[in-house]
Amino acid sequence: MELQHVNVKLLVKNPEEVDLEPLIPVFHSWIQGQVFEELLLDVADYRHVQAGPGVVLIGHQGNYSVDNTDNRLGVRYNRKAALDGSNQDRLKQAARAALTACQRLEAEPVLKGKLRFNGQEMELFVNDRLLAPNRESTLEAVKADFQGFSKQLFGGGEYSLSNGGSDPRGLFAVSLRASKSFSVADLLHNLAS
Amino acid sequence: MKASNTSWKEQLAGKIPENLAREIDIFETEVALRKQGKIDERLFAETRLRRGIYGQRYDNGQRHNGQAVQQMPYPSGELTKGPNTMWDAPGMQRIKIPGGGLNADQLETMADLAEEYSDNIAHVTTRQDFQLHYVHIDDTPSLMRRLAAANITTREACGNSVRNVTACPYAGVCQDEAFDVTPYSRALAKFLLGHPDCQNFGRKFKPAFSGCSQHACGLTSLHDVGFIAKTRSENGAEKRGFEMVVGGGLGAVPYMAKLFDSFVPAEEILPLTQAIARVFARLGEKKNRNRARIKFLIQDLGIDKFRELVLEERKTLPADPRWTDYVKNAAQFEEAALRPGGEWPSSASEAFKHWLKGNTRPQKQAGYVTVTVALPLGDITSSQLRSLADIVRRFTKETIRTTVEQNFVIRWVSKSDLPELYSALHAVGLGDSGAGTIVDVVSCPGTDTCKLGISSSRGLAAELRKSLAEKSFQADEAVENLHIKISGCFNSCGQHHVADLGFYGVSRKVGGYAVPHFQVVLGGEWEHNGGSYGLPVAAIPSKNIPQVVTRLADRYVANRTKNETFKDFVKRTGKVEIKSMLDDLARPPAGDRSYFSDWGDPREYSLEDLGVGECAGEVVSSVEFDLAAAEREVFEAQVAFESGQIDKAGKTAYHSMLHAAKALVKISNQNISDDPGQIVSEFRTLYYDTQKFFDPFAGGKFANYLFDAHQKSNGAYTSDSSRYLIDEAQLFIDAAHSCYNRLGASVSA
Repeated sequence: MELQHVNVKLLVKNPEEVDLEPLIPVFHSWIQGQVFEELLLDVADYRHVQAGPGVVLIGHQGNYSVDNTDNRLGVRYNRKAALDGSNQDRLKQAARAALTACQRLEAEPVLKGKLRFNGQEMELFVNDRLLAPNRESTLEAVKADFQGFSKQLFGGGEYSLSNGGSDPRGLFAVSLRASKSFSVADLLHNLAS
Repeated sequence: MKASNTSWKEQLAGKIPENLAREIDIFETEVALRKQGKIDERLFAETRLRRGIYGQRYDNGQRHNGQAVQQMPYPSGELTKGPNTMWDAPGMQRIKIPGGGLNADQLETMADLAEEYSDNIAHVTTRQDFQLHYVHIDDTPSLMRRLAAANITTREACGNSVRNVTACPYAGVCQDEAFDVTPYSRALAKFLLGHPDCQNFGRKFKPAFSGCSQHACGLTSLHDVGFIAKTRSENGAEKRGFEMVVGGGLGAVPYMAKLFDSFVPAEEILPLTQAIARVFARLGEKKNRNRARIKFLIQDLGIDKFRELVLEERKTLPADPRWTDYVKNAAQFEEAALRPGGEWPSSASEAFKHWLKGNTRPQKQAGYVTVTVALPLGDITSSQLRSLADIVRRFTKETIRTTVEQNFVIRWVSKSDLPELYSALHAVGLGDSGAGTIVDVVSCPGTDTCKLGISSSRGLAAELRKSLAEKSFQADEAVENLHIKISGCFNSCGQHHVADLGFYGVSRKVGGYAVPHFQVVLGGEWEHNGGSYGLPVAAIPSKNIPQVVTRLADRYVANRTKNETFKDFVKRTGKVEIKSMLDDLARPPAGDRSYFSDWGDPREYSLEDLGVGECAGEVVSSVEFDLAAAEREVFEAQVAFESGQIDKAGKTAYHSMLHAAKALVKISNQNISDDPGQIVSEFRTLYYDTQKFFDPFAGGKFANYLFDAHQKSNGAYTSDSSRYLIDEAQLFIDAAHSCYNRLGASVSA
């Protein structure tokens, strides 16, 4: 089974303290500086929608957002363009993209360090129902890929892996939870090793 | 873009109606041919538009980032999907929903598509469509196949075609309707879709149905063809038919539809519309897009001549069984309830009571109500769409429709289910109260995604929604029921002309910088199917619009007479007085740079590239002064018009255009005389022939307003012609401001 269009979400540690408005100029400045390898295009503001996608940095190959779907605030990377390589390569690419965005946001001066991320958990989705329908058999088919990815992500430490969504209409989702906390930098380091 | 794109065709084989499957296959081939350079980009553009695939802002491959124009190097390089439209640039997919009618499966399909191909948001439009933004054109064949499998088409959602057939979302359950228009609107939509007589229009064609004359839900007055349900007695039996109106439309200059026939029997509405389509295709303007809507043809011919031509055409049509096949069963058409009717809840929290008051409406069927799900700015997430599907399955037989106020209406809800239904909606963020009130602000996409947007209509709408919601519980009931509608430009997609408080985006130059503004449009009427159109009062910086709303609402509360509507209050108070109330808001405070960016967009505002080193020299000051004088004159024209001085209004509006034209001519020729002929001639040479006055998208449209007005300046003005000229004069002056903004650097140099 081919996993494409992987989404990765890292939850914000302190959602009650986060104001999304300052993200808008931050994302505009990222477009101005084209800070990633991907082509960044536009900013979409959905703060008016409850439990919605929040503020989205629209890119050509992928979107970055501070997303509040299901009232779970976090940075989400949504890979739009298909990628070559193995499933684990694609999981790693999406995770690196999300973590890099988290790292930049943690360091953004205008945000004054208010955005901190929970590196103990990671949510992954496959944004293509035809490739990866949300059912148990999908997890069985790709579990080894997620295990290999998780092992590297958490530096060989213990973690739990579970199917992240019970609604068969939703995206296929996997939740990872490490037995100990990690910083964003640690996770990026692990993925690079 | 999607890895699964190659698999959907096989996956959905046999699940898509054959004709739709064939059309999508053809379109997919056209996509491939365009990528190989085997189809001309203009032809491909119209091809995709007729399938609902529209361009989006920045799709020319560049974007002003607040400091400079930035190139967007897309992977597909120079490949285009239309003139100056890059292949890889995100686009918008419009999805037609005839009459707004949906079922739960279709809501779920919409959810999946918004999640997989867009940005997790589906947007309900002011014509009951859906729009998905940021869609890649390579994904559209798969997207269309998945819609087709849910029995939804995008065909003719854009382009020069018959657009979505809209209808009152309360049809069949409304207490005041003559009868349920649903089967008739569906029959017309089906009949006209892909009809050979509708393939050669110069512009789009929008039909609408209403069950009554008094409410707004169908907005027939502002459609190319409108049908209002009527009955009459024939030989002791009730006969169904429609009052038929034609030639309405908003756009830059709004036209009120004219009566075609006060009673057209139901059996005749399809053939008569077909005859209208033929006349429009044959005689409508093709070359000049700005005069190509049917409203211009009717204005030029006169309604009587137009009617005569249509009735002649009707006689030549070969009989078609589809005209009447559906009619015999139409009277039996009825939706049904899932659960037994009930009574209003006996006790309720304050929030629930507030929601009940604004968001429910008793049906004509005892024990049932409709429930309006108020969507902020017309937006709903994929997750919410699935929850809504669950809710309509749980409480109804999946009876839900979109509305022209960018909301949903759930029909056939038992009154006794309301507490549970409210809880279910509230739990998923869909329990907002205030549907159809002042907080339920309607807005087109504006500068968020639209290529034509001048100001941020959605940014302003979000700000107003937030600030007014905080006040709504304390608001006076008369204020609470006001309608605010916002368009990002003069094209009126936000339907600002029929709002109590309407706004459309314009730009003005202040201290050498472009500043986003909105024209304040007052005096429109939402009721009576959009019964009258407002007129602009003043251009106000975007950031001051919330104060405009508060000030006008407060004044209305303080000064209105008993049961006086806002429209009547505006008329009684007079535009002069209202304008003077807003005078101090018309200029940004000195030194406040926040006015140089728009709501929700921190970039320094720009219509296109801002010139460097703009300054206000002597000549520049003169231009600004003259343009301001032109604005004063067009306002005086409005005042004259409203006091019944029709001829004076027309003459003054014409003179205001001359004044604005002269302002621009003076940049090159300070000795220009006051002779209208010389002004128009020099304006043509300096600004029209050189295309300096051309709007980036509307081209020479606004300059032509001047030329037409000049040509007709020796004739008498009618009420209609005077009214149109006032609107055209305002647009011409707005265009003169824009032209002057664009000239900025060269003028100061």
